[in-house]
Amino acid sequence: MEKPIIELQHVYKKYDDQYALKDISFKLNEGEFYTLLGPSGCGKTTILRSIAGFTEVTSGKVFFDGKEINNLPANKRKLNTVFQDYALFPNMNVYENVAFGLVVAGVAKEEIKDRVHNALKMVQLEKYVDREISELSGGQQQRIAIARAIINEPKVLLLDEPLSALDAKLRKDMQYELRDLQQRLGITFLFVTHDQEEALAMSDKIFVMNQGQILQQGTPVDIYDEPINHFVADFIGESNIIKGKMIKDYLISFLGHEFECADAGMQPNEPVEVVIRPEDLVITSSQKGKLQVKVDTQLFRGDYYEIVAVDDQGNEWLIHSTNPTKDDAMVGLTFGPSDMHVMRYNESESKFNNRLGTYED
Amino acid sequence: MTKQLKALFYTPYFVWLGLFVIAPVGLIVYYSFFNINHQLTLANYQTFFGSGTYLIMTANSVLYAFLITLIALLISYPMAYYISKLKHRDFWILLVILPTWINLLLKAYAFIGLLSQDGLVNKCFELFGFGPQQILFTNTSFILVAAYIEIPFMILPIYNSLTDISSSYIRASHDLGATTWQTIQKIIIPMTLPGVKSGVQIVFIPSLSLFMLSRLIGGNKVITLGTAVEEHFLTTMNWGMGSTIGVVLIISMVVVMALTNTKKKRRQTIW
Repeated sequence: MEKPIIELQHVYKKYDDQYALKDISFKLNEGEFYTLLGPSGCGKTTILRSIAGFTEVTSGKVFFDGKEINNLPANKRKLNTVFQDYALFPNMNVYENVAFGLVVAGVAKEEIKDRVHNALKMVQLEKYVDREISELSGGQQQRIAIARAIINEPKVLLLDEPLSALDAKLRKDMQYELRDLQQRLGITFLFVTHDQEEALAMSDKIFVMNQGQILQQGTPVDIYDEPINHFVADFIGESNIIKGKMIKDYLISFLGHEFECADAGMQPNEPVEVVIRPEDLVITSSQKGKLQVKVDTQLFRGDYYEIVAVDDQGNEWLIHSTNPTKDDAMVGLTFGPSDMHVMRYNESESKFNNRLGTYED
Repeated sequence: MTKQLKALFYTPYFVWLGLFVIAPVGLIVYYSFFNINHQLTLANYQTFFGSGTYLIMTANSVLYAFLITLIALLISYPMAYYISKLKHRDFWILLVILPTWINLLLKAYAFIGLLSQDGLVNKCFELFGFGPQQILFTNTSFILVAAYIEIPFMILPIYNSLTDISSSYIRASHDLGATTWQTIQKIIIPMTLPGVKSGVQIVFIPSLSLFMLSRLIGGNKVITLGTAVEEHFLTTMNWGMGSTIGVVLIISMVVVMALTNTKKKRRQTIW
C-alpha cells in the first residue's frame, strides 16, 4: 500500500449555519492526477483551500506527507496552487513572477536564474522571460502561473479551475499539456473543475461532488460506466435515465418490457433507475428494436448525429448515431445487457462498491 | 440635433474652464510682469531669484510641505492598511473622512484652544509635572496640525488602492512561501504605489502654500510662499510680486505632478 501524500479525515467546513463540506475523507497518492468534479458551489474549491491553507476546517484533520497540517499557515505548506484568475503579480514581469517563490525563500541569485529558466522551459515560454504580464495572452499567463507554482518543486500542485478562462480550442490543448506536465514532473495534481469532459480526459481518479459531499470516487471509466446515482449519471456525460423494477438478479423490467441485464445484488422487485448512454443505443428497424420510438429532432454534431426520439409513453430518448435517420420516422432501438447500468435509490458508495464486487470479476 | 445636444454638455465645461482656470492663470502670469507702478518689467522675477529672502522662503515652503507630507504618509499608510482589513471598513473610513466636512478655520481655532498655555494638552502635561509648555506658535505644532488636516486626503487614495488589490494576489504570495511582511513589502506596497502617489500630490501641493495655518498655529514664524502671496496682495498691495510668487508656485506644482506621474517604464531584468 502506497503512503498517501495528502489525506483528509472527516473534514467539515461550516459557513455561518451552512455546511460547505460534510464529512470529506480521501487519500491522494504521490504522482497521480486527481480531479474534484462538481457543479459550482459544491465545495470543491473549499477543499482545495483547506489543503492550501487559505481556510480553516471546522472539524476533521488534514494530513500532508503523514503530518497533520491543520494549524500550519499557507506559506509553510510544501504545496502550491494555480489560481483560477492566475493571480500573476502585475507589478512584476515574467521573470520576477516565476522567481518569487525562490526570492522569498532567500535562494542565491545564480540558482534562481537557472531554476526560472528550467521552469519556463517546462512550459515552453523561455523567450518570454522579459515580458510584462499585461503583454501575455490568456494561455501564456496560464502557463506562467504554472511555472511560478512549480518553481518550489512542490510535491502536490493544486489547480483551481485553471482552464475555465480559456477558449475551447486552447482548453483542449492545455488538457494534453497539463497531463503531460504532470507525468514529466511526477508529482500529485489535484485539479478542480466543473467540466466533466476535462475531468474524464485528464484524471487518474475523479471525485464527484455535490452539496459538500463526495458522491463517488473512481477512475474516469468506472464513473462513466457505473455511476452510483441519478446525479452522477446525469452530471457525467449524457444519459437516458428511466425508472424500472429489478425483477431478480440479471433481469430488469421497464417501460412494460423485461430485459436481460448485467446487474445483480438487489432485492427482488426493487424499484431502480436504469442508465443507458446515448452512444450505446443502436437504431434499427421498428420490428427488430427492443423499444419503438418516434424520431423528434436530429442535430448534426460533426462526428455524430444527435437524435432525440420519444417513446409511446412520452419519455425522451437521446441517441448518438453515426448515420442519420428520418424525422418523424418510427424506429427501433436495441442495446445489449451490458449497455444498461442499474442504480439503486440512496445507496452509499461503500455498499455500491461491495455489491459490484460480489458479481464482477 | 445630436450635435446641439452634445454642445449642451460640453459648453458648461468649456465656459468653466475658460473663466475659472485659463483666465485666472493668464491674469496671474500677466500681472507678474508689472511692478507696483504698473510698468511692464521683469524686475519681479529678478527680485525673486536674486534675493536670498525669497529663495530661502521657497526652500522653507518645500521643506515644510515635505515634512507635512511625510508625516501624513507615515501615519496614513498603516492606518489605511489596518482599516482595509476591518470587517466594517466602510464605516471606519467614513469616520476618517468626517473631519474634512468641518471648516478648516473652525479646526484651526479648536487647535488654538487645545494647544494654548492653559489648553487641554498643557493641562495633561501638568498632571505629569512637565509644567506648561509653549506648544502653540511653534514649527512643530504647525507641522503636526497641518499633517492632521491632510491625513484624510492621504488615507483615501491609499485605502482605495488597498481595497482594489484582489485577495488572490495575497493568497498567491502566501502560497509561494512569503511571510506576511514579505507580502506587504513585495506585493502590497508596490501595488498601492499609484494610491500613494496621488495622496502625495493631493497633500504636498496645497501644503506648499498653507498660509492660514502658518499664521494661526505657527504664529507667523514660518513664512511660506503662501504667506508671502497673502502679504503682497493684502498688505503691501504689490500685486505684481504676489503674482510672480504665484507663477513660481504653479510651476513647482507642475514639476511635482510630473515627478509623481512617471508612467511605468519597461524594466530591464538581470537575465
